[in-house]
Amino acid sequence: MEVSKYVGKSTVRIDGKVKISGAAKFVDDLDFGADLLFAAVVESKYAHAIINSIDTSEAEKFPGVVKVVTGKEFPFRFGLYMHDRYIFAQDRVRFVGEQIAAVIARTPDAAKKAAQLVNVSYTELPNVLNVQDALKNDTFLIHPELGNYQHVPWFFPKPETNISHLRKVRKGDTNKAFKEADFVFEDTYTVPRYAHCAIEVHGTIGLFDNSERLTVWTASQSPYTQRHLFAEALAPLGLTHKDVRVITPFVGGGFGGKAGVSMEIIGAALATTVKGRPVKVLWTRAQEFYNTYQRQGLTCRIKVGVNKDGGIIAMDNTLYWDAGAYVEYGANVVNAAGLSASGPYNIPNVKIDSYCVYTNLPPGGPYRGFGYSEFLFGLESHMNEIAKNLNIDPVEFRRKNAIREGDILNYGGKMNPNGLIEAIDKVAEAIEWGKKEYSDDPNKAIGKGIALFWKAPAMPPNASSSAFLKFNEDASLNIMISGMEIGQGLLTVMAQIAADVLSVSPDKIRVETPDTDRNPYEWQTVASHVTWSCGRAVERAAIDAREQIFDLIERALDKDRTSLYLENECVKSRKEPGFSLPLRDFIINGIMKEDGTFRGGPVIGRGMFMPEFSSALSDPETSQGGKPNVHYTVGASAVKIEVDRQTGKMRIPKAVLAIDVGRALNPNLIKGQITGGLLQGIATVLYEDMRFDEKGKLLNASFSDYKIPTALDIPDEIISIIIETPQPDGPSGARGMGEHTMIPAAPMIANAVEDALGIRIKSMPITAEKIALTMVKEKKIDLINI
Amino acid sequence: MMYKEINFILNGENVNLQVSPDEILLEVLREKLGVKSPKCGCNKGDCGTCTVILNGKTVRSCLVLAIEVDNQEIVTLEGLMGNGLTPLQESFLKNNSFQCGFCAPGIILSATELLGRNSKPEKKEIQEAIAGNLCRCSGYSPIIDAIIDLTN
Repeated sequence: MEVSKYVGKSTVRIDGKVKISGAAKFVDDLDFGADLLFAAVVESKYAHAIINSIDTSEAEKFPGVVKVVTGKEFPFRFGLYMHDRYIFAQDRVRFVGEQIAAVIARTPDAAKKAAQLVNVSYTELPNVLNVQDALKNDTFLIHPELGNYQHVPWFFPKPETNISHLRKVRKGDTNKAFKEADFVFEDTYTVPRYAHCAIEVHGTIGLFDNSERLTVWTASQSPYTQRHLFAEALAPLGLTHKDVRVITPFVGGGFGGKAGVSMEIIGAALATTVKGRPVKVLWTRAQEFYNTYQRQGLTCRIKVGVNKDGGIIAMDNTLYWDAGAYVEYGANVVNAAGLSASGPYNIPNVKIDSYCVYTNLPPGGPYRGFGYSEFLFGLESHMNEIAKNLNIDPVEFRRKNAIREGDILNYGGKMNPNGLIEAIDKVAEAIEWGKKEYSDDPNKAIGKGIALFWKAPAMPPNASSSAFLKFNEDASLNIMISGMEIGQGLLTVMAQIAADVLSVSPDKIRVETPDTDRNPYEWQTVASHVTWSCGRAVERAAIDAREQIFDLIERALDKDRTSLYLENECVKSRKEPGFSLPLRDFIINGIMKEDGTFRGGPVIGRGMFMPEFSSALSDPETSQGGKPNVHYTVGASAVKIEVDRQTGKMRIPKAVLAIDVGRALNPNLIKGQITGGLLQGIATVLYEDMRFDEKGKLLNASFSDYKIPTALDIPDEIISIIIETPQPDGPSGARGMGEHTMIPAAPMIANAVEDALGIRIKSMPITAEKIALTMVKEKKIDLINI
Repeated sequence: MMYKEINFILNGENVNLQVSPDEILLEVLREKLGVKSPKCGCNKGDCGTCTVILNGKTVRSCLVLAIEVDNQEIVTLEGLMGNGLTPLQESFLKNNSFQCGFCAPGIILSATELLGRNSKPEKKEIQEAIAGNLCRCSGYSPIIDAIIDLTN
């Protein structure tokens, strides 16, 4: 395997045919027979209330109803990083739409109708709907029990407040540096909540069979994490990990929304109440909006000290996250963003406070970008304003301050090898930076904007991946992993990695979606880490299989082991050019000796990867010490917009994104991430945001009211630039890149709007309406003359 | 509940069924007939994953009552592949157009309808033809490119 034959090629997806033929099965496509039951949940009408009583008697009488289940049956707390959540609300509800009870019935219609007959008596409590209110001294506590919650050691909750975690970073001496700085620039930026909008809704089917084993089919990015949380949450019922099995068929889009455990716990728990019969819970599109994870809102106050020459010497960034009613996953977004909220810059003195704040809005959680999109909106907008004030070109300003290999990170470690400067230069060239352009239409202005980005996987230090690999008689093979195919092309890239080691073409390799009974452990498919981590596990499994093959050839045929290599599905020897033994001749049935006995047997490889150099232990007051981030992936992006001065309506003639992927294992799939991620990012700034009423009810829980882009809303041209500065510990040098492509979209458009119109909009989204209103407010256009 | 007998052609086969007047075509296809390529993404006509071809034109099967298709003809993705993948599907395959694949059946049908009436559509016409089918993964460009690639 001296030269990559398959890695680095734009291989056609190995799951292409199953998806374009309609053969791909998603969770709602699975059949469970005539005894399948359906559940509908009873939801809280209030954002914050005490539950006085739940009367299920009318619902129980409804024809077709099998059972009504309330929180009384499951008084257990659970969660991924902090146990602050319940399967069903216990004595109080904390957001509109929270599940209080469920009706299990023989038809979906009966379940839904009967759920409306469950009578819940509430006493309303004061709503805490935003961070400002939640942080007031006399605020109402959303989780009075916060001090008792079990959590990971890197969280620092503040009991008797609504602060569920505070990540503090102290590097250098910011007080001194701000005093010494020639200029200090300070501003506040805000980002609302967003929805993932995977086109497939969440769904789960649970079956607690008569032997008391629990099987749960889910649309999930995290089968093993789900198994662990189901086993943990339901342990009081006597379940252990071996009794719980999670099967995840193809997933119709994840984007973080199907990470961890959200509604799936309901299916798992309900199944235990109707032993022997499968029970299905399928979210509606509206529930998909208000009762899964949402991307958290952010208010960030950023202060930057610079010298006359444009060198940044200090940053103070305070981030207030509207984390919602439960933060068992979302608090880690706050944590990860807090560690990295200085952006891809080399700044000697940094102070960051990242507050995870409970509110009575739906639970926040992971969303592609994991907090980085949110803080980069303010940070990269602010960088442009500073450059403008210093009269330095924004590209030059970024180039001067960009982080480089070996620079000291916020927690004291060193920055990994990266091509950030190359990315800046290539993006500037592709967007023709510095060339001012004018529209033929006098009502329209053309502007250009740039933004840098970085992101590290946010994962526990011991997050690991593993892989099994087994050969078939014809030397085709199956790879079993629990990394999830969520559209990114994981199955294909894993096949490519194994293909190179074993000299078997990817089209002879089958990689299927996980079943925790059959496929080995994977932490989760999140954090843009599976290509890197699961890729290493697969590489090791393939090497393990290859070594077994060489062992056998040495033992059975007495060949010099060190000369052996694989090529075109054959074992060959550098010493004996004439020797070529096809894998299919022995890979299952072994090699026959002269006496008719055989040596060998089915070749099965195994591989595992855990980043043993990572550590989350650090000083809680400064974050110094430890190595929480395994690597950062960096890049730059730029855009050219044409915007109507009067209506604010915008067209995007060109967008460019350059990213340092370490090694492009499949360039076409990387390009797919760029085109898809950029549009998802552009949507957050131009079209989308979640609107709540004064009672905390989500107002736009549908695609009619929460508009995501259609094929008519795409940039005219997208230029994808791949940079390859190898990641020393990645498979063939690769590092993660899936989330990153959406991160720079919002600030680069904000910067382009400023360039075109001279207005700085500091809150997302930047809709046409907001642009037009800002133009009037700032007297850039005269209403009378329109 | 009053039931009504309906007869229609589904992917070239005659189907005879008893349906109630409030049954939705999408549910009948998926739950009674086991045809799973049309998906339910929103159940109100916004997302297009339930697209089927009714008498040669695409419709959202979540907005059609089953009794409406009495004596009509319906084609789903399953019905396009009598001779294996169509050239359009081959082009999508070659271009890695889809990521998660959930929207693929609907988009393939919308694009098939377009190419049936216009064998060389402009980019804008392609965008308009699939504008009723939401895709959150691809950014649409790889889908549009594959259609252009085929028609060239």
